[in-house]
Amino acid sequence: MEARPGPSAAVTALRGVLPFLVGAFASLLLHFVVAPASGPFATKLVMDAGINVILAVSLNLVNGFTGQFSIGHAGFMAVGGYTAGLVTYYGSMLLWGSPAAHGGFLGGGELLFLAACLAGAAVAALAGLLVGLPSLRLRGDYLAIVTLGFGEILRVLLQRTGDVLPTAAEVRRTPLPELATHVGGALGFTGIPFYTSPFWVGIFVTVMLVVAYRLKSGSHGRSFLAIREDEVAAEAMGIPTTRVKVTAFVLSALFAGLAGGLFAHLVGTTLNPRELGFQKSFDVVIMVVLGGMGSISGAAIAAVILTLLPELLRSFSEYRMILYAALLVVVMIVRPQGLLGLGEIWDVWRPRRKGTGR
Amino acid sequence: MARGPNHSVSRIVRRASAAILALAATLVLSACGGRTTPGPAPAPDEILVGHYGSMTGSEATFGRSSDEGFLLAVEERNAKGGVKGKKVRVKTYDTQGKTQEAGTAVTRLVTDDKVVALLGEVASSLSIAGGRVAQQYGVPMITPASTNPAVTQVGDMVFRVCFLDSFQGEAVAKFAARSLKAKKVAILYDQGQAYSKGLKDYFGAAFAALGGTVTTEQAYTGGDQDFSAQLTTIRETMPDAVFVPGYYTDAGNVAIQARRLGLTAPLLGGDGWDSAKLAEIGGAAIEGSYFSNHYSHEDPRPEVQAFLAAYRAKHHGTPDAMVALAYDAARLLFDAMDRAPSLSGKDLAAAIAATKDFAGVTGKITIDADRNANKSAVIVQMKGGVPTFVESIPPAE
Repeated sequence: MEARPGPSAAVTALRGVLPFLVGAFASLLLHFVVAPASGPFATKLVMDAGINVILAVSLNLVNGFTGQFSIGHAGFMAVGGYTAGLVTYYGSMLLWGSPAAHGGFLGGGELLFLAACLAGAAVAALAGLLVGLPSLRLRGDYLAIVTLGFGEILRVLLQRTGDVLPTAAEVRRTPLPELATHVGGALGFTGIPFYTSPFWVGIFVTVMLVVAYRLKSGSHGRSFLAIREDEVAAEAMGIPTTRVKVTAFVLSALFAGLAGGLFAHLVGTTLNPRELGFQKSFDVVIMVVLGGMGSISGAAIAAVILTLLPELLRSFSEYRMILYAALLVVVMIVRPQGLLGLGEIWDVWRPRRKGTGR
Repeated sequence: MARGPNHSVSRIVRRASAAILALAATLVLSACGGRTTPGPAPAPDEILVGHYGSMTGSEATFGRSSDEGFLLAVEERNAKGGVKGKKVRVKTYDTQGKTQEAGTAVTRLVTDDKVVALLGEVASSLSIAGGRVAQQYGVPMITPASTNPAVTQVGDMVFRVCFLDSFQGEAVAKFAARSLKAKKVAILYDQGQAYSKGLKDYFGAAFAALGGTVTTEQAYTGGDQDFSAQLTTIRETMPDAVFVPGYYTDAGNVAIQARRLGLTAPLLGGDGWDSAKLAEIGGAAIEGSYFSNHYSHEDPRPEVQAFLAAYRAKHHGTPDAMVALAYDAARLLFDAMDRAPSLSGKDLAAAIAATKDFAGVTGKITIDADRNANKSAVIVQMKGGVPTFVESIPPAE
């Protein structure tokens, strides 16, 4: 290994951005070729699946890699979604006087949408820090209790907010901080423009997968896994466990916020507090457990399957949820460690070699 | 890595499960792709109408009732030769009472099944979710029973055949103040439901305007099983009546617990109470309580009696208001289809908007400029497990 000369700086840089270039190309292909050819319904399913992939893979950072148990993922998704929705809905009202989607592909509206998603992710990460910092200093089940509480408090608070302001004139009259309380209450935040497209979902899924994979194969990921296997031993080896746990948790919340932003702007979804409660969090936990705690590709594939399966079973009407649950039970009996365990889908066929250069 | 004899076995299991996983993923993907690309194009000699409703979940009787109503109207119409010489077919998808599912179901109905019009939902938040998709793709939608004002504000493709919560809240308030001679009313509402919250606000405002007092407003969240804390507080304010603007499951449980706590004041409710399950859940406790509704089966009008006869020829029992509203919504849609020059979204929406004095089971329906129906409400009382007619409250002005 040492004999081989190190790759040149250009090659390293290329390696750094190559996955993103591939992802961007794939997203463009999906947006301009695949989506128009397969129709709006298939496109919506692909976007639903993509959002669930981001949710599952990001939760896997905490529940899978670091071995903590968070059941408030939908809460962070809600934080991101409502923040992003506020920015695009009221932003569009102030800029263009109407909440309708503005500009074409990569036009002004889409840039606002991108900014909104990033803002949503940032606010969700901040919420993650506030929730994670006190509870991750402790060991054990505290995180589960705190995240559950966080999600439920958020849900009740959101249900008590005021109606969405319907006209630009009213929005202009209202002071900016007060706008944040007009997010629809129990009826849900309706009227958010539909900006989420296969392109944006593809881009964000790419970012999520690359970040997760690099984390897993780098030193951060090894710290995560060390904590999961034995927290005391990890601490003895010099890993600052609280800091590492909080890092994993904040990253996870950040991507959940991003997914929330995409979700808020998707055709046919409404940000409804009732549906962003712990039921939704459990859906994501199921994806992670089914795919394999600690497997990126496992969580992603489980997310895709669990999004499409209820749709495939739709013709069985009332029986589909029974079938769905039965399938989950069967998988858990046959593969208690999840479909892929800790491994990745490509490990399965490639014989694992010990620490060679590749 | 330990390389014991188990290792090769576990590897085989791992490979097998990964292979199954990959296979399942491809199957799922290809099945979806194959299903959606061309779509099962509707047969040329039939008109496809989509229905999305909660066939499962805690409001399951709403979806089942509306489905019965739609099918009744469709069968009747097809027996008379259909619409524009074509048979009508209804395709129903379940929403499980979730907005996310409603959005997906409507997207599928509109873009995959290519329906010409949509019928549904009962719950307002779900109608809004579905309505936004219908509006996006320009397909007219008629909701049979969503009473929240925000529903038709979604856009010019969304209509309704029922009255609004603003009117319903006022009707119950009028009944409480004038007929029950109530001075003090306590409220117990579901803070997680826009329907319940809206009705509470409209009732409170109207009741105060009529000179009454709302003693206390207590909240619960849908799915709660224990209401004793709120009911104890309510009991202490000694109300003449208790307004519970929730759905039938909660109302039944509230009634049982209220009677157990010795709270004897009559309970009042809205159309969300209307389900055969109300008497099943509430039993003797719900007896004597009142709620506002869209129609009463005791109404002697020929439309009502013809509808009852048609219903009883197929089903047992008495249809609830959701069946009647769904029946009206479907028949109003066929009426608009007859008048529309074509079945394009635009023409059909214009025809629905032009509906005037349509003789429905639930009253005369005229669609106003806001795509709402201006209609009267009836107050019914639970007697022997059956809602019986008490009085009719005419529409405002």
